[in-house]
Amino acid sequence: MTTTLTKPPADAAPEPPRRSRLPRSARAGGTLHAGPIAYLILALFTIGSLFPLVWTAIAASRDNQRLAQTPPPFWFGSNLFDNLDLAWNDANLGEAFLNTTFVAGVSAATIVVLSTIAGFAFAKLRFRGRSALMLIVIGTMMVPPQLSVIPLYMMVAELDWSDQLQAVILPSLVSAFGVFFMRQYLLQALPDELIEAARVDGASSWRVVWHIVFPAARPAMAVLGMLMFVQTWNDFLWPFLVLSQNGNPTVQVAVAGLGRGYTPDQSLIMAGALLGTLPLLVVFAIFGKQIVGGIMQGAVKG
Amino acid sequence: MATRHDTAAPPAKEGGAAPGRPAAAAVPEADRRRRARLSRRWQRDMRWSPYAFVSPFFLLFLAFGLFPLIYTGWASLHTVELTAPTDMEWAGLRNYTRIFDDDFFWNAARNTLTIGIISTVPQLLMAMGLAHILNYKLRASTFYRVVMLAPYATSIAAASLVFVLLFGRDYGMINWALDFVGVDAIDWQNDKWPSQLAVSSIIIWRWTGYNALIYLAAMQAIPQDLYESAALDGANRWQQFFHVTLPSLRPTILFTVVVSTIGASQVFGEPLLFDANKGASGGAEHQFQTLGLYLYEQGWVNQHLGRASAIAWTMFLILIVIGIVNYVISRRLRASS
Repeated sequence: MTTTLTKPPADAAPEPPRRSRLPRSARAGGTLHAGPIAYLILALFTIGSLFPLVWTAIAASRDNQRLAQTPPPFWFGSNLFDNLDLAWNDANLGEAFLNTTFVAGVSAATIVVLSTIAGFAFAKLRFRGRSALMLIVIGTMMVPPQLSVIPLYMMVAELDWSDQLQAVILPSLVSAFGVFFMRQYLLQALPDELIEAARVDGASSWRVVWHIVFPAARPAMAVLGMLMFVQTWNDFLWPFLVLSQNGNPTVQVAVAGLGRGYTPDQSLIMAGALLGTLPLLVVFAIFGKQIVGGIMQGAVKG
Repeated sequence: MATRHDTAAPPAKEGGAAPGRPAAAAVPEADRRRRARLSRRWQRDMRWSPYAFVSPFFLLFLAFGLFPLIYTGWASLHTVELTAPTDMEWAGLRNYTRIFDDDFFWNAARNTLTIGIISTVPQLLMAMGLAHILNYKLRASTFYRVVMLAPYATSIAAASLVFVLLFGRDYGMINWALDFVGVDAIDWQNDKWPSQLAVSSIIIWRWTGYNALIYLAAMQAIPQDLYESAALDGANRWQQFFHVTLPSLRPTILFTVVVSTIGASQVFGEPLLFDANKGASGGAEHQFQTLGLYLYEQGWVNQHLGRASAIAWTMFLILIVIGIVNYVISRRLRASS
């Protein structure tokens, strides 16, 4: 995918905050005013995007009987908190939340630090084989991790790691996207003069990383951290294989277990799905603008 | 990690100006040697640190990406049972002949292809249209972008479980709405095409906004003067879209097609959780079983990890073929432009 390399994505502008203040008219392509039809289409997409989420909450606030009637409910009932409470206890969600926060937090933090250092090397240091190695990094994005699960499962069995969180954390640390993302950012955000000045003062590479790269990369590190947190939080196949619902689940394993278990109560399942989604929706409500900016900067699927 | 020991050196020694040891200041000979040592260390740092910086990624990829991938190929030539994953018995190509003789394998391969097409094509077309609209001057443009991304924040598990209810045959919202326009209740679980459409809709719902943002980013990178000169040539909005926007987006489109194709070949969670029977067969008649789900069924339900490895390796070979085809196409496109 050299194409993505040679063509740095549009909005790789250094400081994400700038984007919001810049009037759209100043941007390339964005000179046409939207007409009523454009707003109508946007409204439809907005409803389409949000309706399943809102309806999850509506279904979670009803009971099983009401969900087995036509027409389906369109407004909230009175059972929301009872159902949330039951789902929380039934699906082991309390422990699942702690586990997932830990797994996603450790993975995201590690990926961010390792990717920043590697991204800096690819963006700013000269060494033999640099472009070949960068191509390999991008090439690894084309290999879906799902194809590696069987030997990983054997490893976990050998090490007796099933139901242990490190079995989920370690494989999740491979992030070519992170390396690529930080490289793209540092290419533009970190002036060469700053590094040279530190070199003249006799700073070693590690000191440059610590005192110059990390401070300069902070905004991008925050965005990458959020993207990786979301990705790890929602990871499904691998945690589903090595963690069990009653052992040491992540939220996704617990919610899937609720759906696949013998709970006949649909409203309870919806309450579990709601609980599993809510934390990330809160994160999106607060940092949505930054996350959008990050995805547009990276313009590459993680 | 060749630089480990010298990076551990305290910073004061590395400062070229500050004398490291008091004794050295007096003797020029010692000073010269100290400088030589510093410059050697400097050279080592410049030479090896970059490799140290990029090595964690490659080590992690070797351990958790490349090695398992290759080992999958090795395991696919053995009989391995889930109950004793470390006991391997040589089986030659028997796992491959078994799965190629299995109708459900070919069924899963066909389903993966059709679900892949049903989910990817409308997804990318809608994403393109949406990006085009988001590229207009809009009120509250950030709001729309964040909203389009909300499904991406929703996990496969949560999304699939909600869609099961929305697509319910008797009490589901979608059949209720279709009833209004005179369509009889559709069995979204048991009928082949409706069930594949339903599973695909989960994927479409989760990824359309994300791809729209990627297209939008690429659209904003198109230089304004391209549009201006097109307008001077008398091109209307549609002609500008087809003659300026689309050609400029070609690399991005190709990229999203590749990524979506890889994603589509791996679909697993959606059909697993969409199944009301809670099995791994993708419906009573395997009507929406994908290769990913078939792999899981062989490995973790029927407990034949060796056979599952053969499926994984086959999927890998298919992806390589797709990759080569894509490479050839993209070279053609680049040569023609």
